[in-house]
Amino acid sequence: MRSSVIVFPASNCDRDIAVALEQISGSKPDMVWHGETSVPSSDLIVIPGGFSFGDYLRSGAMAAQSPIMKDVISKAKAGTPVLGICNGFQVLVESGLLPGALMRNRDIKFICKDVFLNVERNDTIFTRKYAAGETVKYPVAHHDGNYFASPDVLAEIEDNGQVAFRYASEDGEVSEADNPNGSLNNIAGIYNKELSVLGLMPHPERLISAELGGSDGVLMFESLVEAFA
Amino acid sequence: MSEKEIMNNEGGMSQKDLIPEPVEITDALIAEHGLSGDEYVHLLEILGRVPSSTELGIFSVMWSEHCSYKSSRFHLKKLPVDGPQVIQGPGENAGVVDLGDGVAAIFKMESHNHPSYIEPFQGAATGVGGIMRDVFTMGARPVANLNALRFGEPDHAKTRHLVNGVVAGIAAYGNCMGVPTVGGETNFDKRYNQNILVNAMCVGLADTDKIFYSAAKGVGLPVVYVGSKTGRDGIHGATMASAEFDDETDEKRPTVQVGDPFTEKLLLEACLELMNSDAIIAIQDMGAAGLTSSSVEMADKGGVGFTMNLDLVPQREDGMTAYEMMLSESQERMLMVLKPGSEPAAKAIFDKWDLDFAVIGETTDTGRLIVHHKGEVEANLEVATLADSAPEYQRPYTKTAKAETITADDIPPTNNITETLIKLMSGPHLSSRRWIYQQYDHMVMGDTVQRPGGDAAVVRVHGTNKGLASTTDVTPRYCYADPYEGGKQAVVETWRNLTAVGATPLAITNCLNFGNPTRPEIMGQFVGCLEGMGDACRALSYPIVSGNVSLYNETNGVGIPPTPAIGGIGLIDDIAIQASLVFKTEGDVIILIGDTQGQLGQSLYQELQTGDFAGAPPSVDLSTELKHGDMVRRLITAQKVSAVHDVSDGGLLVAIADMAIASGLGAELRAAPDDIAAEAYWFGEDQARYVVTVPAENKDAVLTELQTAQIPANEIGVVSGSDLIIEGADSLAITQLTERFEAYLPNLLA
Amino acid sequence: MKARITVTLKNGVLDPQGKAIEHALSGLGFEGVDEVRQGKMIELSLADTDKTVAEARVKEMCEKLLANTVIENYAIEMVE
Repeated sequence: MRSSVIVFPASNCDRDIAVALEQISGSKPDMVWHGETSVPSSDLIVIPGGFSFGDYLRSGAMAAQSPIMKDVISKAKAGTPVLGICNGFQVLVESGLLPGALMRNRDIKFICKDVFLNVERNDTIFTRKYAAGETVKYPVAHHDGNYFASPDVLAEIEDNGQVAFRYASEDGEVSEADNPNGSLNNIAGIYNKELSVLGLMPHPERLISAELGGSDGVLMFESLVEAFA
Repeated sequence: MSEKEIMNNEGGMSQKDLIPEPVEITDALIAEHGLSGDEYVHLLEILGRVPSSTELGIFSVMWSEHCSYKSSRFHLKKLPVDGPQVIQGPGENAGVVDLGDGVAAIFKMESHNHPSYIEPFQGAATGVGGIMRDVFTMGARPVANLNALRFGEPDHAKTRHLVNGVVAGIAAYGNCMGVPTVGGETNFDKRYNQNILVNAMCVGLADTDKIFYSAAKGVGLPVVYVGSKTGRDGIHGATMASAEFDDETDEKRPTVQVGDPFTEKLLLEACLELMNSDAIIAIQDMGAAGLTSSSVEMADKGGVGFTMNLDLVPQREDGMTAYEMMLSESQERMLMVLKPGSEPAAKAIFDKWDLDFAVIGETTDTGRLIVHHKGEVEANLEVATLADSAPEYQRPYTKTAKAETITADDIPPTNNITETLIKLMSGPHLSSRRWIYQQYDHMVMGDTVQRPGGDAAVVRVHGTNKGLASTTDVTPRYCYADPYEGGKQAVVETWRNLTAVGATPLAITNCLNFGNPTRPEIMGQFVGCLEGMGDACRALSYPIVSGNVSLYNETNGVGIPPTPAIGGIGLIDDIAIQASLVFKTEGDVIILIGDTQGQLGQSLYQELQTGDFAGAPPSVDLSTELKHGDMVRRLITAQKVSAVHDVSDGGLLVAIADMAIASGLGAELRAAPDDIAAEAYWFGEDQARYVVTVPAENKDAVLTELQTAQIPANEIGVVSGSDLIIEGADSLAITQLTERFEAYLPNLLA
Repeated sequence: MKARITVTLKNGVLDPQGKAIEHALSGLGFEGVDEVRQGKMIELSLADTDKTVAEARVKEMCEKLLANTVIENYAIEMVE
């Protein structure tokens, strides 16, 4: 699998995702600086977590206007899969590749902890190795992860099956008690209509071995490797 | 203006003859600069003339307590700073310790107390930013942040605001930098009501052959300014950090700096990128006292002079004077001395990261710091004098009187051990700190193998199987009651915490927070704590490699309890072989290692029962600590134990409760032995103790090994079920205990 | 010429910071504050001399970057 990781000023999970991609796919991703104007030909483009441009103005807003994003958007529209994690998800909604917006967490505070997620569908390139209806543990670490969309957009997302992950209890029960940030419908991640672009707040790249506290993230990358084999 | 033109300004005159215009001296002006009358006389003697305004400013910051350590230096010199593992001890931006295989840990702790009280968010944020700069200045990528925080009593009017602000500030800065905040401690005590303590520690990793120092060796080299632009931020921050608070402190608000973690993240990446080349001869962070202390230290250590033209300094505001630029504490700036000819390549890196890069001067053979601004010479001072002439005081001190030993008979007894445990675990001292550490990204960088909440945090040395353990500790109430024992205890508690995760303790940094040193009793606390720390470090071969002193933590004459916060680091050879406090398996046998006399003086139990702390703190026997700790580490390395926790605040039952809460598993415990009062047994804070669990089949072997080594060890119970059951006492569901343990801080602070 | 842009959350969009401020105000004893909405103010110094042209440019800036029109409204005030 050939992948490219877009690096913005103050991206800070770029190394983490590169480590995960190399560990699981066996090949190092290309690290692409935001000032470039074209992404090398890749099976997968990743927009990593971090605080691009300091999260100033709005998380992801300035990164979405970076020179490289024109090419990311055009490649995504042409079908190249894009994965945005945390700040990467914020960049994807700000750039219009995904619907909705990510607002300040319900409790105002930055939150870093393990959460449980329901994998809503396992027929996508990102989730094909997960079992149907599986509940997985990924960590979250964000200040602006409160997913919002207008009622009609939200209905459309739900109707189209665009919800990728939902915050849940360890047993897979979805309720407000397990919603860490106030996201509508407990949404932790969504796809575009074509299921080729995924944005999610939790960090699959952080739990990729037992010594780090779990390895539920591995299957996402194995899914992608299998999809591009 | 080019560098050549800077020099040409001096024409044919000898450099010494360039005398700046003297300032009009008044008593008020001297006082505003934090100088005593005697100190000003001393200044006049050295200089042989009346200083210019800029020169007076430079002297005031160089002679401030913060920069000169004038009250503490004499005593600091007695601390042990050497060891085979030490690459760099105190005196540089941070200490450096060898981790083997070509990797070094670079670390330091620093206070940002006064700014954090005035503006908690920015004060704490810039404290975190400053300590990270100290670490990456030396070539290390920061990999772990920790924070030792002290606030006033929980229900004090300002506490909620201060805790919220400080924690949010630490989070904002560290999270944006992408450096995990993995550990620390938080205390509440009324004696910090008006003087909170915010001590930030940073640990970084560097290749041993790529460590950068501040000595600007060589003449004719470009002096380069990089990072953010200079504004009027924090002018006189260093002198403020050395002054007592009074009721008008609120007026000092404008001197607090604003942090910009985004710029610092860029500065980190740009500096590390430049450090991959051989362009840098010397580099120094512009921290407290900004351009003044960085240029003086670099020139002094290199044995050279600096000529600088402030017209070339990147400026954020119009009309700044030389005085303001030399004293500004604008954040996210560095001063470097580069190899001549390397400037274009270096500039290209800083351009890429959108940071200012300006050649502002050069090194000279004059040994003088000469500052030009707008065609005038604003300062012309001998570097060596400036660096070495700061006053050194041997302030008079009176040693703290020894307090009486407290026994169980001196304290109204509890009739319900279980209820007492719940009260302790759900109160300000021992309740869960999750509300705090959940606001810190403690997993970024993908190497955190022991998260906050344990004895020590562990991050993997990236790309290896080694683990770097870190912790911060001090028990201020012990230090107050007996500075010498308290100083020892602070050091040994970090050592025990590192040991409890299976690490070999390597070295410490510290933040010495005290009251007004001109009061003999405060100075007595300082001297006592340092003696205790020094003895502990020597006994444990655990040297001090960096640190910081924060004095004058007083308001209206009331000082804080002595708080020498210690930050320790240790090395785990293989993270597959480490320990945590989490109970692992039902049926594991619980063993208490160490002797229990039931020392209740200064204990949390005593405060719960009597409303106050009194008497002598627990005594620390260093050879016992060494013996017990080394044995625990051996047991961990031999994989004979399944869980380990050091016994400290709150005593034995609290330690067991911690282990139960962390696992969700309960325990069945035997009753206290007959020869000791139950409350003294369960809640005494005797030192040199660990609780370990061992699989039942290892029990006899482990007990025999301990016995053979003549280490007191007792089987006290077994991991079992989901309740805590103490023989002869009420049982307690771990879920209930956990709920109470987790509820305290959110209820207090949200 | 200066432009002052006020960005606020649209009605109906939850404003957690506004709620926190409301809570804090009531904690401080300020009663009768029914709702708090937090926004931001952005001030631009512009080289333009023609107010109409300037205002059109600022509107474009708001649409493209300064506000996220999924959740935010903006108002532009031109100051001579």
